[in-house]
Amino acid sequence: MHNKTLAQISQDLQAGEYSSVEVTKHFLDRIKNLDGQYNSFITVTDELALTQAKAADELRAAGNANEWTGVPMAHKDIFCTDGVRTSCASKMLDKFIAPYDSTVADNFNKVGAVSLGKTNMDEFAMGSSSESSFYGAVKNPWSEEHVPGGSSGGSAAAVAARLAPGITATDTGGSIRQPASFCGVTGIKPTYGRVSRFGMISYASSLDQGGPIARTAEDAAMMLNVMAGFDKKDSTSIERDVPDYRADLNKSVKGMTIGLPKEYFSSDLDPVMAQTIQDAIKEYEKMGATLKEISLPNTNLCVPAYYVIAPSECSANLSRMDGVRFGHRCEDPKDIEDLFKRSRSEGFGDEVQRRIMLGSYALSAGFYDAYYKKAQQVRRLIKNDFVAAFNDVDVIMSPVAPSPAFKFGEKSKDPVSMYLEDIYTLSTNLAGLPGMSIPAGMINDLPVGLQLIGNYFDESRLLNCAHQFQNATDWHTKTPTGLK
Amino acid sequence: MSLDTNQVLAIADLSRLQIDEKSITEFQTNLSNVLDLVDQLQAVDTTGIEPMAHPMDAVQRLRADVVTEVNQREKFQKIAPSTDNGHYLVPKVVE
Repeated sequence: MHNKTLAQISQDLQAGEYSSVEVTKHFLDRIKNLDGQYNSFITVTDELALTQAKAADELRAAGNANEWTGVPMAHKDIFCTDGVRTSCASKMLDKFIAPYDSTVADNFNKVGAVSLGKTNMDEFAMGSSSESSFYGAVKNPWSEEHVPGGSSGGSAAAVAARLAPGITATDTGGSIRQPASFCGVTGIKPTYGRVSRFGMISYASSLDQGGPIARTAEDAAMMLNVMAGFDKKDSTSIERDVPDYRADLNKSVKGMTIGLPKEYFSSDLDPVMAQTIQDAIKEYEKMGATLKEISLPNTNLCVPAYYVIAPSECSANLSRMDGVRFGHRCEDPKDIEDLFKRSRSEGFGDEVQRRIMLGSYALSAGFYDAYYKKAQQVRRLIKNDFVAAFNDVDVIMSPVAPSPAFKFGEKSKDPVSMYLEDIYTLSTNLAGLPGMSIPAGMINDLPVGLQLIGNYFDESRLLNCAHQFQNATDWHTKTPTGLK
Repeated sequence: MSLDTNQVLAIADLSRLQIDEKSITEFQTNLSNVLDLVDQLQAVDTTGIEPMAHPMDAVQRLRADVVTEVNQREKFQKIAPSTDNGHYLVPKVVE
């Protein structure tokens, strides 16, 4: 049952092959028996899931079911879920029971999906390895020694380990695509403003975007249909109709022009990675797409611009964690200053404190113009590069990350080396474009993803390209060695 | 760009963080390394470039000034570390 995709489970439930209670129990048992080795979940909501599953089965018996009724899934622990702990993998929110639902969680509740629980991640989504969680690191189901990527490492690892067929995630600089690549699963970060950020704990508000991680493009499309849409509770949400993301999956890619940014395929790129990605892109040529070299001249500025903008916004967003209204409070504060400082230092891990400090510095009096304003100007240059490129091409393809999954501890001691991990993914967040990762090869027995970047609101085309690739190849069906 | 110990302590203070003596050097090194990385931006000519706050250059939507939320004080205060009689408790601020 766990090897079935979301779409298959949905069909089986509609055909009465099994009940929602049965499939929910199956996944809960798997999590209970296997997640000890992966640590991909922070909280498993077994009672709630079974209540939801029972209600779904009753709804179906009464003839009121839709394609999502009773389908199991899970949420990254960054989405607020009413009455359920929402920790963001931080000690700061270890005891935080969210008093409301995020719009994304609410959308899945409304269509009758069953939530199995909340998945592990880098603390406050700041990281590329899921090693910084207060609840311990997530293991990559493909290899115990390797990280699953981050920050949505729990979502990607759990999907790869078949602990849930599809899980929500978020992406601020690559946090959906890079773990999807490292774990051999499919993930899409939509256009900025497409999925509501309401109730999604903010890291860098102008870059954060929610999206799905699943095993196939079809499943990702099915989840995005639930997640996407205008939300008046999110002031940056875009008022624009949502298409049916499955409608275009079967369109031919014949005649499509694929842009290959020369800066992404420079001599710095590992030759084995370059070959793997080129082999994947050849599949599109076989299907009748044409390739075109393009240039994104400001690529080298993405990492520096990101590491001004993201920490700046994070320092403002995380100021709400003050030990007063919710979250961790230190013992016996001697005055208000001591209350703020000790609560925050005890509650936040090192990387979070580093980014808050960077942001405070960049935004402090006298430095604003040199850092934040400058980075926002550079950000427009980066966006303009993409706008120009999309005059000539329909979709852009590249590696997701410089390498397959790296080992635990390999980069966690040196923040800058960790930051360079996101060199190919940051640009789409800065420009606000949709990006996707699909399994496209293996290097040293570890999966590697191909990145697809689309024009604004062109998620349907990315999903179409991904689905066509998955019809022609079997990378997305590969299972981690030894997986039970 | 290299930060000295006092600058690190000043930034920690601005951030309302209390960093202990033994981690100051580590923060100093790591923060300085990141500042070196972002200093590449200074070489870029951005004369006349409008800073980009939203990819679609969206502006703040306005709505009618009416109450849209219901009072959920008890629910919200249940998760607070310390409350009394509908108030959040903190150490004494005014003598």
